[in-house]
Amino acid sequence: MNNALVSAHELVYAQQGRALIQRIHLDIHAGEIVSLIGPNGAGKTTLIKLLLGLLSPAEGRIDRRADLRVGYMPQRFHVDPNLPLQVSRFMQLTSRDSAAIDHALRRTGALPLMSHPLQGLSGGEFQRVLLARALLRKPNLLVLDEPAQGVDIKGQAAFYRLIAELRDELHCGVLLVSHDLHLVMASSDRVICLNQHICCEGTPDAVSTNPAYLELFGEPALEGLGVYTHHHDHHHNLHGDTVPDAHSHHAGCNHS
Amino acid sequence: MNHWLLDAWIAGMALAMACGPLGAFVVWRRMAYFGDTLAHSALLGISLGLLLDIHPALAITVAGLALAIALVGLQHRQTVATDTLLGILAHTSLAAGLVILSFFDNQRVDLMAYLFGDLLALGRADVYLIAGGAGVVLVTVASLWRPLLAMTVHEDLARAEGVPTTGLKLALMALIALVVALAMKMVGILLITALLVIPAATARGFSRSPEQMALLASVTGCLAVSGGLAASLPLDTPAGPTIVTTAGLLYLLSLVKRPR
Repeated sequence: MNNALVSAHELVYAQQGRALIQRIHLDIHAGEIVSLIGPNGAGKTTLIKLLLGLLSPAEGRIDRRADLRVGYMPQRFHVDPNLPLQVSRFMQLTSRDSAAIDHALRRTGALPLMSHPLQGLSGGEFQRVLLARALLRKPNLLVLDEPAQGVDIKGQAAFYRLIAELRDELHCGVLLVSHDLHLVMASSDRVICLNQHICCEGTPDAVSTNPAYLELFGEPALEGLGVYTHHHDHHHNLHGDTVPDAHSHHAGCNHS
Repeated sequence: MNHWLLDAWIAGMALAMACGPLGAFVVWRRMAYFGDTLAHSALLGISLGLLLDIHPALAITVAGLALAIALVGLQHRQTVATDTLLGILAHTSLAAGLVILSFFDNQRVDLMAYLFGDLLALGRADVYLIAGGAGVVLVTVASLWRPLLAMTVHEDLARAEGVPTTGLKLALMALIALVVALAMKMVGILLITALLVIPAATARGFSRSPEQMALLASVTGCLAVSGGLAASLPLDTPAGPTIVTTAGLLYLLSLVKRPR
């Protein structure tokens, strides 16, 4: 018996005869950041819901350590505009301890948003509030589904740094989901590449050169992921300044 | 004020107070059409109650619960979209109720009273039933408030934090079924959802917290009941529709006078 926070063995889940999760083995230990990457429909959120106990596996087994406390941050969601809900009230749904709420919001930089309505928050602000609510549970495992969704590119790096800091402070395990390996490379200890089954796993560097990863995320596959990959319309010169691509110019322009 | 009017007013106020917080959840969870479906099924409940000689309020509640369970079962099979499913259940149960009622002679069954309410038929026993039932609804919603709210904001997050969402959803459906049963004599089954939805929608523009909205919805409902009853006497109009019209006018007024 290992000392993992959560272990999945031979996990299988199917919906309407379609296998969404096929024979997955997975261990998450305290103090490590495990990133789950894969294309749309790869079963990332399904796997998370199985680990959280929100779905029951068709086969296989999930072992949870006795002292497991999960802080769950779901994918960015929409709160009905007819529900008047300030950030503070949203936090109180998890805990009534106002000192703990203050502390969690301060830690994620969301304390000034305390009395803002949830619906008026920007993408980045909303994610910080969601992360703070997950922290309120005093977790030893953080499960973060697309934590940087709706956060601008510059903010994304900061957000992943924050997650790494929290891991160090709480010595918790972190399981996070992302569409894009490059975003999570710097802050992951281990990457699991998922497409119903585990295609490959290992350190970020090892995964990025793995043939199974390249097959899933290589150029042909990227075309299908247009929403989540940004095609650069410019290059950087040696000074770091942006230089537009030739094809992004108006056809009628003459640059000679 | 005569005794009959006082009785009607007390029953209406109790109903409006219970409808406030419950109606807020109906609005937040987009259950208005579900409420309508439950109300339509009430006629089937009444007719079966007449057949089996069961108290109508009990028959309506049981029919509503049966419908809610049937809905959850059919939703799991996911053959058609939920609103289509609701349309099927609402109108099938209403039609089946009408068919069964047609077997009774007209002396025993006053269809208009079921559909649009009949305050004149409101007896002292009904007032006790409505006040007691409204009290049960209020106490239940208040005691389940926080988990209900957590589930409404995000169901999976609530479940991950240990909120028993399946039971809560059933409880919410049962409460709506109970309100439908209680409100039937007051406003009639075709107008019941209005008591849930309109005051809550009116309260939205003036509320900064869910609790404020629930409370204001109760207050608005009480205003609508009082205004509607007061107007129905001199105008000689049916009380239920007059109450709902008043609620609608209050909503329109709230749009004009919105603070934010």
